[in-house]
Amino acid sequence: MTEPVLETRGITKRFGALTASEDVSLDLKAGEIHAIIGPNGAGKSTLIQQICGLLHPDAGQVRLGGADVTRMAAAARARAGLGRTFQVSQLAMEDTVLQNVVLGALGAVGRPWRFFGAALRDAELRDRAEAALAQVGLCDVAAMRCADLSHGQRRQLEVAVALSLSPRAFVMDEPMAGLGAEGSKRMTGFLSELRGTAPILLVEHDMDAVFALADRISVLVYGRIIATGTVAEIRADRAVRDAYLGEEA
Amino acid sequence: MIGGMSREGWINLAVLAGLLVVPLWALWADEPFTITLATRVVILALAAVGLNIALGLGGLVSLGHAVFFGIGGYAMGILAHHAQTYTSVMEWPLLIEGTKSMPVVWLVAVVASALAALVIGVLSLRTSGVYFIMITLAFGQMFFYFAISWSAYGGEDGLSIYVRNGFPGLNTLVPIQFFGLCFAILCAVLWLTARLMRSPFGLALNAARQVPVRVETVGLNPVRLKLVAFVISGAITGLAGALFADLNRFVSPTMFSWQFSGEIIILVILGGVGRLFGPVVGAAVFVVLEHWLGGLTEFWLIWLGVILLLIVLFARGGIVGMLAGRSVAHD
Ligand SMILES: Nc1ncnc2c1ncn2[C@@H]1O[C@H](COP(=O)(O)OP(=O)(O)OP(=O)(O)O)[C@@H](O)[C@H]1O
Ligand SMILES: [Mg+2]
Repeated sequence: MTEPVLETRGITKRFGALTASEDVSLDLKAGEIHAIIGPNGAGKSTLIQQICGLLHPDAGQVRLGGADVTRMAAAARARAGLGRTFQVSQLAMEDTVLQNVVLGALGAVGRPWRFFGAALRDAELRDRAEAALAQVGLCDVAAMRCADLSHGQRRQLEVAVALSLSPRAFVMDEPMAGLGAEGSKRMTGFLSELRGTAPILLVEHDMDAVFALADRISVLVYGRIIATGTVAEIRADRAVRDAYLGEEA
Repeated sequence: MIGGMSREGWINLAVLAGLLVVPLWALWADEPFTITLATRVVILALAAVGLNIALGLGGLVSLGHAVFFGIGGYAMGILAHHAQTYTSVMEWPLLIEGTKSMPVVWLVAVVASALAALVIGVLSLRTSGVYFIMITLAFGQMFFYFAISWSAYGGEDGLSIYVRNGFPGLNTLVPIQFFGLCFAILCAVLWLTARLMRSPFGLALNAARQVPVRVETVGLNPVRLKLVAFVISGAITGLAGALFADLNRFVSPTMFSWQFSGEIIILVILGGVGRLFGPVVGAAVFVVLEHWLGGLTEFWLIWLGVILLLIVLFARGGIVGMLAGRSVAHD
């Protein structure tokens, strides 16, 4: 058996009386899309924050490529190969699309202490950034300010920044949020191919997308994983239907 | 390159030209005081260019930048004081003599203020927002009161330096020559700052101001980026302090005052936060207002307040932003 690329072991996180993550263990294997679904407030984003190092769990472990990264800061985890996107876009709004992706490239190359040469003229940074933009189809708007982008384009740019890192694993928090039917479909096609580059831990509310994409699904309810399985298994699961899927399945 | 210059580029060029033409005219018209005023503009601009790196690029509202200005000033004052009294700064553990050489004074000013900025930055950057403002303010007050009580160097009265420091090949006592020297330094620092703004460091810093969490998730440390910006910023303001002391041939604790910290913030806001030439325009407008309005009415600061209010409310990009529009990314 090969080591999972990304793994959590018994992650627990409490906010006062509220248990946002309770003994969450899951893994992400090479080549797969592992979707995490669950109702609003189930603790999906909180789990991702802990995986990426922006929140620290009260108990449990996060492992990346077989190594314990629980005590690493977010920046170190990113350098170790974690590429994430945010539920609410986190972009430098005053900057251009290209500048936002060059930032990712700069993080990947890891040499920010250069004070003289122009960042946008650095061939290495620029190639990396432009490749990522080409992959998500944003080349045409590279010179636009991020603030002037449509919501959908910002979601694509989120993904492009993560791509520019060439990560070992993607962690995506609702990449389809607010995309509309057409946008969701395109993003679905795109993510499906992306899993060949690196596996994706995907939090998503859009069930069509999840069922189309996921190799495995974990269902999170009140901070606990109540089921993990293939699409067919999850659709058939009684508890999951009751807790979450309702009529949809 | 000129053909592809942006509107802001032309405005910047015009500002520099104006800053050069006025004292040259004053030289021709034999109005040395105007040359001194222009030198004051250049030096205040330099101090504010320094602040702008922390404030405009890093988003660090420092109400303690007078610390670096004062350190630069006292570096000049102390070295020159010992030189003119033929005493040494210290004899043990190593012998340090005073000096009247500008390059040496500048080096000491830059290194000392950079070190101070490193220490203050490490401590202040644990906080953000209002707490950051208050900690930097507190450091400013510490240095202010320390200078007041440091009787070896004049305490409250400060130090007078009888003869301006020297620079190889120049007669710095001639106002236009000292102006030229300060102007050249300002140009050099502006050029370096322009490079910095476009550099990988500048890009990352710019993002760290807007979305620190994004910077972290691409694997960079936003706090460290801001710390380096703070050190560079402090060093430039420190250099300006040394020149200011040489302009006045006098240093006093007021160089450390929080009012001065506030004043250079005002310069930056007037001219345009984060704009390369914002501090230069701000300094020019400030000194002109101070001189003319100040001559007409004692209440000129009220008018400055009104202008500032209008800019904050209606023109966030300051005067440069009003003239040049939104800043554009350079290739
Ligand atoms: N910093 C915090 N302090 C206190 N409570 C928090 C904090 N962050 C999240 N919570 C709570 O933890 C629970 C889980 O929130 P989380 O954002 O992880 O849910 P989610 O599954 O991502 O929801 P959604 O589908 O709406 O994005 C919620 O009840 C939320 O209010
Ligand atoms: Mg969420």
